[in-house]
Amino acid sequence: MSNSKRIIIEPVTRVEGHGKVSILLDENNKVTQARFHVVEFRGFERFIQGRPYWEIPVLVQRLCGICPVSHHLAAAKAMDKIVGVDKLTPTAEKLRRLMHYGQMFQSHALHFFHLCSPDLLFGFDADPKIRNVIGVAIKYPELAVQGVMMRKYGQEIIKATAGKKIHGTGAIPGGINKNLSIAERDVFLKDIKQMLDWARGALNIAKDYTVKNLDMLKPFASFDSNHLSLVRSDGAMDLYHGNLRAITADGKKIFDQVDYSNYSDYIAEEVKSWSYMKFPFIKSLGPQNGWYRVGPLAGINTCDFIDTPEAEKARKDFMALTSNKPNNITMAYHWARMIELLHSAEKINELLHDKDLQGTDLVVKGKRRNEGVGLIEAPRGTLFHHYKINDNDQIISANLIVSTTNNNEPFNRAVQKVAADYIDGVPKITEGLLNRIEVAIRAYDPCLSCATHALGKMPLIVTLYDYQGNEIDSKTKQ
Amino acid sequence: MSEQITFTIDGIEIKGKAGQTIIEAADEAGIYIPRLCYHPELAPHGSCRVCTVLVNGKPQSACTQPIAEGITVENNTKELDEHRRNLIDMLFIEGNHFCMFCEKSGNCELQAVAYRLGILAPKYPYFFPKKDVDSTHPDIFLDLNRCILCGRCVSASRDIDGKGVFEFVGRSIEKKIAVNAEASLKDTNLKQADKAADVCPVGTINKKRTAFAIPIGKRLYDSKPIGSDIESRRK
Ligand code: SF4
Ligand code: FES
Ligand code: NI
Repeated sequence: MSNSKRIIIEPVTRVEGHGKVSILLDENNKVTQARFHVVEFRGFERFIQGRPYWEIPVLVQRLCGICPVSHHLAAAKAMDKIVGVDKLTPTAEKLRRLMHYGQMFQSHALHFFHLCSPDLLFGFDADPKIRNVIGVAIKYPELAVQGVMMRKYGQEIIKATAGKKIHGTGAIPGGINKNLSIAERDVFLKDIKQMLDWARGALNIAKDYTVKNLDMLKPFASFDSNHLSLVRSDGAMDLYHGNLRAITADGKKIFDQVDYSNYSDYIAEEVKSWSYMKFPFIKSLGPQNGWYRVGPLAGINTCDFIDTPEAEKARKDFMALTSNKPNNITMAYHWARMIELLHSAEKINELLHDKDLQGTDLVVKGKRRNEGVGLIEAPRGTLFHHYKINDNDQIISANLIVSTTNNNEPFNRAVQKVAADYIDGVPKITEGLLNRIEVAIRAYDPCLSCATHALGKMPLIVTLYDYQGNEIDSKTKQ
Repeated sequence: MSEQITFTIDGIEIKGKAGQTIIEAADEAGIYIPRLCYHPELAPHGSCRVCTVLVNGKPQSACTQPIAEGITVENNTKELDEHRRNLIDMLFIEGNHFCMFCEKSGNCELQAVAYRLGILAPKYPYFFPKKDVDSTHPDIFLDLNRCILCGRCVSASRDIDGKGVFEFVGRSIEKKIAVNAEASLKDTNLKQADKAADVCPVGTINKKRTAFAIPIGKRLYDSKPIGSDIESRRK
């Protein structure tokens, strides 16, 4: 950092976890780079060495207190491969899907209503004392209540399928350990109309906000990028299972329908000295240009269509905004996320009406293999789990690329864009800058907790460095 | 007809048979005495001391102490439960017990007794000892991180299976379960159907590929605390 000054931004308050932002300046106080750091909890991959493979879908949930269900399912999918199962019974697959849509629903509802709605409803520069969930609860009490109820609905689905709201055991290698009884089903059926309705409402808030503020949002923290997600074999969005597709910022396919077991032929990870988080990139494009975005924005951009009617209509509206080209607006994540929210509710509704959920054929057996890869579209984007085991059923190596790690470079770009637009020759961290960095990072809903393999929550620290590497300003956001 | 022996547990009159231990007579009468190493089908090992009761005021292991005419046994007292909690606390910290991802969770006797006695968090610092796992056997996974040295597997293999697959080696803190073979569990004649594979109270001797097959809510101790089966015999 010899030729740059650095600004650091402390904890992004409503990002779950804790992050540190460094902003590097040149001699003219122009931003040269921004780095989003996270504190790592090391040793998880080592900790699971020697453990039997069947323990992993349960154990791996310790990675993250925020998205354990996604890890549970990604690991279980990898273990399906290990036990030689390529296709689950309809009951097992649908139960797992129900669990997953429950998780998407509750995670997106929490993020929207509790973490980001204050930014949208009150504006970036509103007093932080108002710009929080309490502020929303006072001014828009019905929204705050909806957030709580939607979250609860999703969590109850998780409980009914996994046994517990957090750290359940439902998915086992080759299947699932329970079905959904009629009684359990009826509890969810009773409220699904309401959930669909509230999901439509949230979608409308996100959409109206984006359309109304488009001129301001378009440049905000935005940049062109590649996009990556799983898609179904017919190109539909599929949050639980599919093949890998990557597209460029203007929508050209980089690769398509790649069997995710071969992900390492297409994606590599770069290590940088200043970050514990790795930087994944598309091999054919190299580390310079191969970085990409994942998550709701990427998911909507990559898929050809959505197989539920209301979400599909919403997708068309969304794509129309950018003339059916990929949308590269960072703040459009919120709208995209609400499309996924509605899609998840529609899927839950579909599944609840499916008799297969009461089926009793839960597990399939196959011929053991020594390697397994499992991917899923988690609330924060594509999540990769990859394990190798020995002949005694013990883990010998593991590689995890969590959603937030996939978005590592995009975080840096988003912060750099905001800082460059805002600092403009005055080397100070103003309240306005701090707020904007926070809003930009939050658009991605990063799970710092699992990107760093940390247990529990961490608090954003932003620090500004001059061209000689001297700290010239630092602020913490609680 | 065996000779009847009358005594009391916590003031309740019990009629047992000559030759019974206190725990046997109590079980029959539907009174639960907390225990860990004791298993009704195996010779008592008397090692965990969780079953300690006061017999005419003196501490004794209920699983080894024979009943006698007219004795007064105290079982359900604050002091005894406190003593039991201390013993169980020690077991937790001497091993590596991670209930949240242990396949035995919900079916584990150690966990169940701890819940029944109201243990929520350990009082003492964990030792985090280094323990072995043996995954060589095609059907059984051995995880010594969770062994509480109850000796059940030793007696079951010796006395019921007639094999002697497991044995104790070492002393005090070094004491551990070993397999009776040159190298590892795969070199023994242990079979999944053996009694020894069935009696472990914790998640040390596990049948492979059965983990988490029973959903949360349906596991042995999910809805009823340990000992409820015994207490339901009470007339
Ligand atoms: S392995 Fe199980 S049965 Fe054997 S001594 Fe240890 S805890 Fe007891
Ligand atoms: S049960 Fe009696 S000493 Fe262990
Ligand atoms: Ni996470």
